[in-house]
Order: sequence, then C-alpha cells, then structure tokens
Amino acid sequence: MKSRHKRLAMIAGGIAALGIASALVLNAFRSNLVFFFTPSEIVANEAPVGRSFRVGGMVVDGSVKRQPDGVSVRFVVTDTAQSIPVVYSGILPDLFREGKGVVAQGKLGQDGVFQAEQVLAKHDENYMPPEAAEAVERANKAMREAHRSAVSGSAEQGARSE
Amino acid sequence: MIPELGHFAVIVALMVSITQSFFALAGAARGNRLWMSIARPAAHVQFALVALAFGCLAYAFLSNDFSVLNVASNSNSQLPWFYRLAATWGSHEGSLLLWVLMLSGWMSAVALFSRQVPTDMVARILGVMALVSIGFFLFMLLTSNPFDRLLPPAADGRDLNPLLQDPGMVIHPPMLYMGYVGFSVVFAFAIAALLSGRLDSAWARWSRPWTTVAWIFLTIGIALGSWWAYYELGWGGWWFWDPVENASFMPWLCGTALMHSLAVTEKRGGFKIWTVLLAILTFSLSLLGTFLVRSGVLTSVHAFATDPARGVFILGFLVVVVGASLVLFAWRAPRVGLGGQFDLVSRESALLANNVLLLVAAGSVLLGTLYPLFLDALGLGKISVGPPYFEAVFVPLMAPAMFLMGIGPLARWKKASLPDLAVRLKWAFGVALVSAAVLPLTMGRWSVMVAFGLLLAVWIVASGVVNLLERLQQLAATSGGSPVSYLKKLPRGYYGMLLAHTGVAVFIVGVTLVNGYETEKDVVMAPGNTVSIGDYTMRLERFEDIVGPNYTGIRGVVTVLKNGREQNILFPEKRLYSVQQMPMTEAAIDTGFTRDLYVSLGEAVEGGAWIVRVYHKPFVDWIWGGAFLMAMGGLVAVSDRRYRLARAARRQSADAKATVAA
Repeated sequence: MKSRHKRLAMIAGGIAALGIASALVLNAFRSNLVFFFTPSEIVANEAPVGRSFRVGGMVVDGSVKRQPDGVSVRFVVTDTAQSIPVVYSGILPDLFREGKGVVAQGKLGQDGVFQAEQVLAKHDENYMPPEAAEAVERANKAMREAHRSAVSGSAEQGARSE
Repeated sequence: MIPELGHFAVIVALMVSITQSFFALAGAARGNRLWMSIARPAAHVQFALVALAFGCLAYAFLSNDFSVLNVASNSNSQLPWFYRLAATWGSHEGSLLLWVLMLSGWMSAVALFSRQVPTDMVARILGVMALVSIGFFLFMLLTSNPFDRLLPPAADGRDLNPLLQDPGMVIHPPMLYMGYVGFSVVFAFAIAALLSGRLDSAWARWSRPWTTVAWIFLTIGIALGSWWAYYELGWGGWWFWDPVENASFMPWLCGTALMHSLAVTEKRGGFKIWTVLLAILTFSLSLLGTFLVRSGVLTSVHAFATDPARGVFILGFLVVVVGASLVLFAWRAPRVGLGGQFDLVSRESALLANNVLLLVAAGSVLLGTLYPLFLDALGLGKISVGPPYFEAVFVPLMAPAMFLMGIGPLARWKKASLPDLAVRLKWAFGVALVSAAVLPLTMGRWSVMVAFGLLLAVWIVASGVVNLLERLQQLAATSGGSPVSYLKKLPRGYYGMLLAHTGVAVFIVGVTLVNGYETEKDVVMAPGNTVSIGDYTMRLERFEDIVGPNYTGIRGVVTVLKNGREQNILFPEKRLYSVQQMPMTEAAIDTGFTRDLYVSLGEAVEGGAWIVRVYHKPFVDWIWGGAFLMAMGGLVAVSDRRYRLARAARRQSADAKATVAA
C-alpha cells in the first residue's frame, strides 16, 4: 500500500469507528432519558405509563405510611395543586421528611400509583431539590392563571401548567 | 486582624500574578531576559502569599473566630479540631482558596524544577499559569471572599455539613484539586509550545512527569470520593454517575489519553498537535468540573445550596480560557507540525485508537452531564440522564480499549505485523479464554457479563506477562546471561506501565464481580433476629445509645457468623448532629480481600425494630485497589531514571556555566 492509501484507510477507519460510537451513544441516550413531570401534569395524563420518569414536589404532612411488610412505604407528593400517591420499597434517605421537597424516580402504575425505584432528598436542610421547587412553582403559576381566567369568566379553559 | 491579613495577602498575590503574567509573557515575546527573570521569583512570592492567606483562614477556623462569616457558616466550637481544619476547604470560599493555593504551589514547583527548560519556555509557562490564577483570584475576591466578616459575630457556628465530617472527606478534596489544578501545568506547557512554535521530544519529556503526577492525584482523589460515597452515603454503591462525579471523571479520561499521547510525542515525535489539543481539553474539562461543582447548577448529591451568580463568573472565565486557547491552537498549530508517520498496524495506531476511545467516552459523559443542563437553561423542560445510559455507552467503548491494552505495548513502533502479534499473544488469549469460561463457575453462577469482564482482566494481565518475558528474553539473547538478571535493567517507566495496566485489570475484576454477584436485602430486624446473606448470617444483638462530640445517636450491635462461628461484630450507627439537627447514617463494613459485608440502619419501625439494609459485596475493594495500583504505576513511572538523568545533566551544565562565570 502506498502511504496515501494507508492514510485514506486510516481516515476511513477512524470515521467508521466514530460513526459507530456516535450511533451507540445517541441510541443509548435516547432510550435512557428520564423526563420530569409535576403531579399536576400526571393527573392531566401527560406522563407516560410504563416508562420511567421523575416526579417532584413536597411530601404531604401526615401522608407517610409504613406498609404491613415493614419495608415498603407509601406517601403522597404534591405540588400544592394536585397530589400523587407514591409507593417505595426500601430505606428512605436521611433527609426525607414530611413537608419537605422530594424527587422520586420510577413508573406510573395503571392504578395511578407511582412505583418509585429511587427516592432523592437532598443533603442540606435549607436546600430544595430544583425539580421539587419547579413543580411547586409551575403549580402556583397554573393556579394564578386559573384564578385570572376564572375572574375573566372563562373558567372552563382550566388550569394548564404551562 | 488575622483574617484581614489573609484578605490582604490574596490581594497582593493578585497583583503579583498580574505582574508575573505580563512581564513573563511580554518578556518572552520580546526576548527580554530581565523581564523573563521575574517569572520564577514571582511564582515563589505568590505561593508564599497564598499559603499565608490559607494559614490565616485555617487559623480562623481552628481558633473558632465566628466573626468571620465563612467560619460561622461552616464550623462550630464543638467540632473536633481536625474537622475544623478540614472545614477550611469544606466551604465554597475555602475550597477556592485551596484551588489557588494548589495552583500557586504547582507554579512554584515548576519554577523550582525546570532548570533544564529554556528560559523563555519557563517564562511562558509561568506566565500562562499566572493568567489562570488571575482569573481565580478575581473570582474569589469579587464573588466569594473567604475572609468576609460577620457583624455582630455569631455566638457559635452553624457547623460543617455532617456528610463532610469524615476522614475520607478531609483528604478527598485536596487530592482531587491537586489533580485538577495539576493539569494546568501541562496546559501551560501546551500554550507555551503554541506561542513559541517549538514542540520536540524534549518538550514532551519535560511535560510528561507533570502530567503523570497530576493524573496520580486525580486518580487517588476520584477513588477516595468513590470510597467515601460507598461507606458514607449508606447506599452501598461506589459510583452513581452523578454529575459531580462525572465532572472529575471527564478530565481523568482526557488526562489518561494525554499521558498516552505524550508517550508517543516523547518517544517518536508523533501526535504533536493531538497532544497539544488534549492538554487544552484536559485542563478545560478540569475548569468545567470546577464550574459544575461550584456554580450550583447541578442536581446532585453534592448540590449544597450555592450561589448561581458565581456560576456566571466561572462560565465566563471558562469561555475565555477555552476560547482563547482554541483560537491560539487554530492559529499556531500548523507551526508545531504533525509529527512522524506511522503504519496502520503499529504501536502508534493502537495508542491513537485508545485515545479516540477515551475521548469518545469523555464526550459521551459530557453529553449525558450537560444535555439536561442545556435543556433546563433553555426552558425546554427538566430531564435527567441516569446510570443506564452511561453503562450502555461505557462498556462497549471501553472493551475495545481494554483489548488494545494487551496488544499496544507489544506492537512495534511505526510498523507492526498482525500475524506476528497473533503468534506472540496466542497464549495470553488462550489463558484469558479459559479463565473466562471457568472462573465464573467457581463463583457459583456463569453469566456472559462476568465471563466477558474476566476475559478482559485476565487478557490484560496475561499479555503484560508475555510482554515482560519477551523483553527479558530479548535482552538475554542480545547481551547474554540469564533473563532474570535483566529484571533490574528494565526502565521504571516500563514497570510503571505494567503496574498501572494491572491496576486496570484488578479494577475490572472488582466491577465485574460486584455487579455480577452482589446481594442486597432490606429487612425489618428486632434484637435477636438474624438475616442470612451470602455464606454469612448476621445477628442483631441489641441497640445502644451513643454520644459523640457533636452528635448523639443509636448504634446496632450486629454479630457476623459463618457456619455458626462468630467472625466479627459490626456497629452500624444512626447519628443526629445537634447543631444542624441533621440525621446521618454511618454504615458498618466488614472489609475483606474477597468480599465486604455492609450493614446500615434505615429507620425505626414499631416494636423496637429497625429497617436494616445488608449487602454482601464480593471483591468490591478490588475497585479501589485497582485505582490505587494505577496511581502506584504512575508513581513508579515518574521515578524513571531518564527524568533524573535530565536533572543531573542540567545540574552539570549549570555547574559548568557557574565555573565559566567565575
């Protein structure tokens, strides 16, 4: 092989390798994105059923109940407008508290109960997980808009979160 | 007064670094030796000033000076003294001071150990490093002054985050920062090469040990962080693909590629432009890591409340540094030249493939880490990218790199032959295949992933052995004598490479076996209850109250039994830190060569019982052992004779010059 051919072969090989790698990366990327939904969006049926996603909000006071098996726990997450029941099996993080922000990752069951695989609460007392803050923020905005439209006499438009 | 002294020292250090960068760079450009000669002493002065500032802050922490805001927010009079000292770099402001302390320390070291490097090169290197330090001094003084006063002073401090009150956390940040900041040296070398247009093997030989040392620190820093997450977060995992972990992993991947590329530049004069680009990228990723961690843009276990306004500054700084270096690169790279030619099958091409794979891996981590941030910043919704993505991408990318690790070191430079390599490596490959088939069975269950992981690990070790035997036989054949007598003759750089590669193999064994065979159980346990896991039984004896210096809590007493015989007693704790009223789980771990037993307390349920999490983790310590071996390999390589020879030669020539001058 002449050196020009060699160089061409190397460049072609390099491009092929990069192409394969990019395809691999992008494919894995697309199928593993975890989207975020607020309880209001879930109640409005915007969240997928059977695919993993995250829900964020505040843990409702008095809603945390240990299940009879002792290891599972059930609690309610709210964005102040709507609420979603969550079931989780395992040990909750140290800073998981009623009335505090929480983010849960898992799947929505057919019964409307969120089956969490992972529960995140942050490591600082004064810190609210951004997702939880966002959920409450969106709900507040939606309520303000709903209020405004109710006042202007078009209440049937309803509260959409965005 | 002491905090003001520290503050003043930082301001003076900023002035010194401005002077240093101007005179060093302008002097090098104009060939003014007097101006250039300012660089070295200025670097030492800067280091002394920052060390003074750091000492002042450490003193404020140790003496409980709660009139300093930083101390009042991050320390407490009840905190043991070593954690008060660690709190110096536990806060955002303090960690920045640590950053510049290390930067000026590296600068001072370069000034000290660069006598053989031409004066204009040293001036440029120190000038570029001073430019970087100007950015960080300004950042500290304008947005995050660690010496801000609190008036009136607080009666007591708000305490250090209990998660950070741990011996691992005392040394993890300095190690990591030494690594991050250490890459600024090779970055400065690269920029200096671009400015001067000179890049030869001597340049590569000077920059190699600096890169390797930075890489050693980063490796240890990341391993410590992973180990800390394992025993302190109480989840039993060792890597979470958390954005902050990724932030330290990306410069590591890039730095690893850089080390290999530098080897080619030194030995063969090849990959010149590529090496320069990698040096720029590695340091840019270090800066990006600092930005990600310090700006508060991330949702992560590390995301303590921070000020987003600071992020804007670092982002701007990042854009300036990366933008300016890449523009300089585009403008000057043609001067540096491509370097030597090589064949499609050669050691160069194996190393190039390894580089590309490492970079693609770093790129995929970057994508997974930054994409959610972009979407969020553009208001397109919140998403997260979890471990499945990284695992799906990483294994197929790294597997060929691991395979090449066996071939590369045996391939000849410039031109190698595939059939020849196949013949030389057939035994290594055979051993790897047989091990992959048989070893998983000894663990009880055969699975494809475990077999594949072991195949790669054994392949790396076996091909290393083949490599060593061949080298010894060649020496014996050409110079006579027994092959064993040449063990001491081989260069340390070579042994360092073998050791580091063995470390990778050990790491793979750990990851493969812990993923393949670990067991986890969450159970409700009352005193007297037992749970069996692996070959072991754990019996919860009782609960005891504990009182620490700044916390109270409860601990379980758990007996570990194997075949009915007592092996060990473990004490998992649940602490409540009094100042922040923050609960903390302290897992108890029975560490062993072939397995860890891990117990952590969840929460109390009715009837005096607790939810307890127990793990059996086979070979998990091999993960950190492997990382330790990699770092040791780096250390052995740095101690290679040829770096010392260069120094000896330089000393001789300096002596000669002195004689002439006299």
